Amino acid sequence: MSEPVTTTVDVNGFACRVWTKGSGPKLGFLAGLGGLPRWLPFLDRLAETRTVIAPSLPGYPGATGHTELDTHLDWVLAVRQLIDKAGLAGADLVGASVGGAFAAEMAAIFPGHVRRLALIAPFGLFDDEEPAADPWAQRKEVLPGLMCADGEKWTALVSPPEGANSIEWPIEMTRASEAAARAFWPLGNTGLQKRLGLIASPTLILWGDRDALLPPSYARKFATGINGASRLEIIADAGHLAYLDQPDTVARAVLRHLG
Amino acid sequence: MKLMWFHLMPYTELPEDFNKKHPSVWVDIHSSLFDPRRAHHMYNDFMDELEYAAELGYDAVCVNEHHSNGYGLMPSPNLIASSLARRTTDTALCVMGNSLALYNPPTRVAEEFAMIDCISGGRLIAGFPVGSPMDTCYAYGQNPSLLRERYLEAHDLVKKAWTEKETFAFNGRYNQQRYVNIWPRPIQNDPHPPIWIPGGGSIETWRWCAEMDYVYCYLSYYGYKAGLATMQGFWNEMEKLGKDRNPYRAGFLQFVGVAESRQQALDLYTEPAEYFYGRCLHVDARFATPPGYVTEATQRSGIQGMMQKAANVASPATKAALKATNMKDIVDGGYVLIGSPDEVVEQIRHVAKSLNVGHLMLLLQYGNMSKDTTKYNTRLFAEKVMPKVKDLFGEWEDKWWPKPMAKGQRAAVPAFRPQLSAAE
Repeated sequence: MSEPVTTTVDVNGFACRVWTKGSGPKLGFLAGLGGLPRWLPFLDRLAETRTVIAPSLPGYPGATGHTELDTHLDWVLAVRQLIDKAGLAGADLVGASVGGAFAAEMAAIFPGHVRRLALIAPFGLFDDEEPAADPWAQRKEVLPGLMCADGEKWTALVSPPEGANSIEWPIEMTRASEAAARAFWPLGNTGLQKRLGLIASPTLILWGDRDALLPPSYARKFATGINGASRLEIIADAGHLAYLDQPDTVARAVLRHLG
Repeated sequence: MKLMWFHLMPYTELPEDFNKKHPSVWVDIHSSLFDPRRAHHMYNDFMDELEYAAELGYDAVCVNEHHSNGYGLMPSPNLIASSLARRTTDTALCVMGNSLALYNPPTRVAEEFAMIDCISGGRLIAGFPVGSPMDTCYAYGQNPSLLRERYLEAHDLVKKAWTEKETFAFNGRYNQQRYVNIWPRPIQNDPHPPIWIPGGGSIETWRWCAEMDYVYCYLSYYGYKAGLATMQGFWNEMEKLGKDRNPYRAGFLQFVGVAESRQQALDLYTEPAEYFYGRCLHVDARFATPPGYVTEATQRSGIQGMMQKAANVASPATKAALKATNMKDIVDGGYVLIGSPDEVVEQIRHVAKSLNVGHLMLLLQYGNMSKDTTKYNTRLFAEKVMPKVKDLFGEWEDKWWPKPMAKGQRAAVPAFRPQLSAAE
């Protein structure tokens, strides 16, 4: 697994890391909870046929500036800047979990900005009948199982690599969680339901069948709410961050959809 | 020194197997455990106890704010304080305090505190805590990443509402109000009621208290031994900032159980202390650290501190040690001071001097302590301990104490006469 190319772009005066790898048509990726503390096998699969561009949302690993964002409008405009400055305007966009909610917002509010859309268990809705679990109130030993079907996958994502700064690494992981909380506290409900009907891009919705955080029934709400042609696929043996649990299956499904 | 009588108002009838059957005393404590008819008696007992403490000459009675909490039945301490304003005469009323970010708009706090100050003739101490994670982020759903900013802005707004003479517009990041003009306004207007800040041990809070000239209060349940490092840190920071060591810059919370002898104290206070440290502090760890609640600077110093502690084997008060739930460890750890009056005198003098704290907030009721035992503890302390410790810090002026109206100018509140209503 070779390293991606690292650049940074400026959003509201704060640097946000952009990782780029591969060749072919551009594909943007907005990561889920925890962000991208390291490059992933899932992104390598995509990079085999596409130029994968993964900008870090403000506050996620490699980026700061979440502290400037007070409202959902602030967040949406920050993500729009990030997309533009990373050269992703008009490209295909893949978003997962918290990143999925923002990918959906981009397609809804700036329709020209997103060619085809793939959403992996996106945030943004809340169902009283089937409440989502709380990612910000979990004991340490419970959290990995909430993030992935195989909790080890989450643990591996957030564990410090060799040579990491032992003080700054945990702070960076907490910051990613704070950034997510800042945008989605307390229920993950951003009112996205009202805007789903604005999404005209052909959309693939992927959901892990063992998502313990956002019930797979939410997938149906996205599929019926989105105006453009949408298709739903359930990923077997995958949890909330399905791209960690089943990188090959998820990458194949995404590439099939993007064509 | 000032001796202040603090009530947490714990629910006193949590079942014995509470810890086994229930994950948390806070946030999601089950409603089936709450019997409103029993709470009727608890509230009235607790208010009797506060009034009794005032009668016995404690300098202040203190109340605080908690939400969804089995050991703190005061979502609104202001309700209790307003009742105390009528049923006490000279005692300071310390509301410790209102978590500013939970009030929308925060001018509500400026108004209610002004009401209490007016009703009481200027006896209010205004406490402004950020509030615990459980109260603010979970029970009240506040965003942990915005909480501190909102708190600081609300503080600015409340203070301006108290001091600005003209109606003004407040154009804040989180609060925007076209017409701010609170009515009533506090009696203590030179410049405003004393502001006290209960906080953890963060350097930012210490610096802010010094800059604003507020009292810093360390309200730990773990007593003076565990609190020593924090208070030393506070005083070191004051020295760096060129502030004097006036002990009235600080407040500290301490549990006490006094009786005729140490053995009698153990007999009386073991059950309520073990109830408190066992059942009342049974908080689910998942509610401890909402992301963003602790600033990155404090996280950084915390991680560095842990590394230093790990390197320093002799470190006494590590977090792991703060788990005692049996009386021997509770007493050995200094969470609860117990003994005969003279033994307690000696310990209180030691606590006050070693921490250099002029405002000692005493918890003389804790856990399921009965009203009789609470009154006994309160009376014995007032009669046999207080006179022997009051002299401490006489050389310092308490510049942070309420300045009420002169006694002769204050309203005469008629004594409550229950026989009138009983005769109806």
